[in-house]
Amino acid sequence: MEKVITVKNLVKKFGSFVANDHLNFDVYQGEIFGFLGANGAGKTTAMKILCGLSSPTSGEVKVGGFDIYTETEKVKRNIGYMSQKFSLYEDLTVAENIRFFSGIYGISPAERRQKQDKLLKDLGLERSKDALIGSLPLGWKQKLAFSVAIFHDPKIVFLDEPTGGVDPITRRKFWDLIYEAADRGITVFVTTHYMDEAEYCNRVSIMNTGKIEALDTPENLKKQYGAKNMDEVFLKIARNVE
Amino acid sequence: MKTILYVIQKEFIQVKRNKTMLRMIVMIPLLQMLVLVFAATYDLKNVNIYLIDKDLSSTSRQLASKLDASPFFTINNTSFNPEDGEKELLKNKDHIALVIPQGFERDLIREDKASLQLLVNAIDGQAAQLAYSYANSVIRDFNKNIIAEWKGLPEFNPPYKIETTSRFWYNSELEYKWYMAPGVLAILVTLIGLFLSGMSLVKEKELGTIEQLNVTPIKKIQFLTGKLVPFIVIALFDLSFGLLIARLVFNLPIVGNLGLVFGFGALYLLGILGLGLFISTVADTQQQVMFVTYFFMMIFILMGGIFTPVDSMPHWAQLFDECNPVYHFMKIMRMVVLKGSGFGDLIHEFVALCIIGATFLALALWRYKKTA
Repeated sequence: MEKVITVKNLVKKFGSFVANDHLNFDVYQGEIFGFLGANGAGKTTAMKILCGLSSPTSGEVKVGGFDIYTETEKVKRNIGYMSQKFSLYEDLTVAENIRFFSGIYGISPAERRQKQDKLLKDLGLERSKDALIGSLPLGWKQKLAFSVAIFHDPKIVFLDEPTGGVDPITRRKFWDLIYEAADRGITVFVTTHYMDEAEYCNRVSIMNTGKIEALDTPENLKKQYGAKNMDEVFLKIARNVE
Repeated sequence: MKTILYVIQKEFIQVKRNKTMLRMIVMIPLLQMLVLVFAATYDLKNVNIYLIDKDLSSTSRQLASKLDASPFFTINNTSFNPEDGEKELLKNKDHIALVIPQGFERDLIREDKASLQLLVNAIDGQAAQLAYSYANSVIRDFNKNIIAEWKGLPEFNPPYKIETTSRFWYNSELEYKWYMAPGVLAILVTLIGLFLSGMSLVKEKELGTIEQLNVTPIKKIQFLTGKLVPFIVIALFDLSFGLLIARLVFNLPIVGNLGLVFGFGALYLLGILGLGLFISTVADTQQQVMFVTYFFMMIFILMGGIFTPVDSMPHWAQLFDECNPVYHFMKIMRMVVLKGSGFGDLIHEFVALCIIGATFLALALWRYKKTA
């Protein structure tokens, strides 16, 4: 399988604080890669480096086949990103947000209209096309933000705690969208605090204080740690390290 | 290029949706033009005189009524006690106390000279000077008349006298509002431009949308240009709105070329917006932007020569003003609007504004980083 992300000896320091301590991992095309860890473990820092929002202190990072140091703009053309902070424009309508972001990625108006119709139909939001984002419920906003993040068909989409603050049913529906994207061949790189969501991933890495402590499929991790579910795996790793 | 258009479109929609912003864009020019232009005046009117007439002669009464008849002065109170006059000066009720000593008329007849005392409240030095010289000229005039009357001479006429015939150019009626209006317009454009641009980028930071943009392949220059254009349009709209008010309300004569006014307006705004964007790349919150913007506004405006002439500032301040965009633009506005100066007269200001604008824009471009 093709590697879409390669990370070798990635280090990120803020002054004397080491946020990412020699990270090594690969992500393969089309997989759902779960990036887990306690608060402050360094997940978001690593993800921001992969997205080109932050520069690493040292190490080798390739995303979508492009070097993060020298080919940042090419990397950006090939990724989508959805942050913890909800990031569509609240004072623009659904259609205006789609128009703006597809404009930036250079999608032609004709293609946009066609994709937009399909998107709104799939999400059941046809009637909310001209509603301001600010007026929509959080669950809808998150689904829309995700759909806009992959509107330009990126190779990889990065999701930073995409389902914070919504109910289990909405989360479940959100994961349906993630599976659909993965089926289309988009690699999904997702951070989360919900261990049930970790079970949905193809492979999971668990970080603690800046290091990757474990990386495998949920099945193997459970076997390795003799745990019933991912929740136990997570607690065991977190406790061992402390 | 298309990317820039999408950014411009987005910015315009956002301004349109923001009701407070829309109200400000309309109300600020209205209020500034109608309030500031009237308020910021050095025209001298309504000077209250406290009269202490200890002579009570026909001459002293003639002098008093002559002063009272002048459009600038009103005799507000009279008393025989000079201390009362002092009290009124302290209370700020009266501006001048005029003391006519006992024996004023007698001295004038017998000794051919008499003296008066004029106490002027000089807290505001400029107004005091003006009040004093007006009062003085009324008294001098009165003096001439008495000499003519009493000595039976046609009028006091010394053998040699230099006659000055003066004409006031460019503002022949000495209308202070005409002088202030272009300056207030310069403040208006600065205020609108600086706040709109300062707020817009930092707002995206606060909401987190900037991060979403930073992961897209949009170029820094595209994004910043897309942000600049709508604000230039809005600020220039306010400039024309303000000019229209000045024309209709104050009858401001617009002698020069309007194209030149707007051309220079756009050039000036590039610098001001560059500064605003630069501030908002440095700041993290809208409050921080407010503080810093306010600081720059105060310095630029107070030193810019809108209210006080730059020529009378110390040398270092005049040197500083070469880097003050408000100073140059205010000068351009007054020169073009009131005098009809052409581009050839404004080469110095043009070069200065180009340099200032390029510097601020370069700073903004350099400070705005897509990758932290």
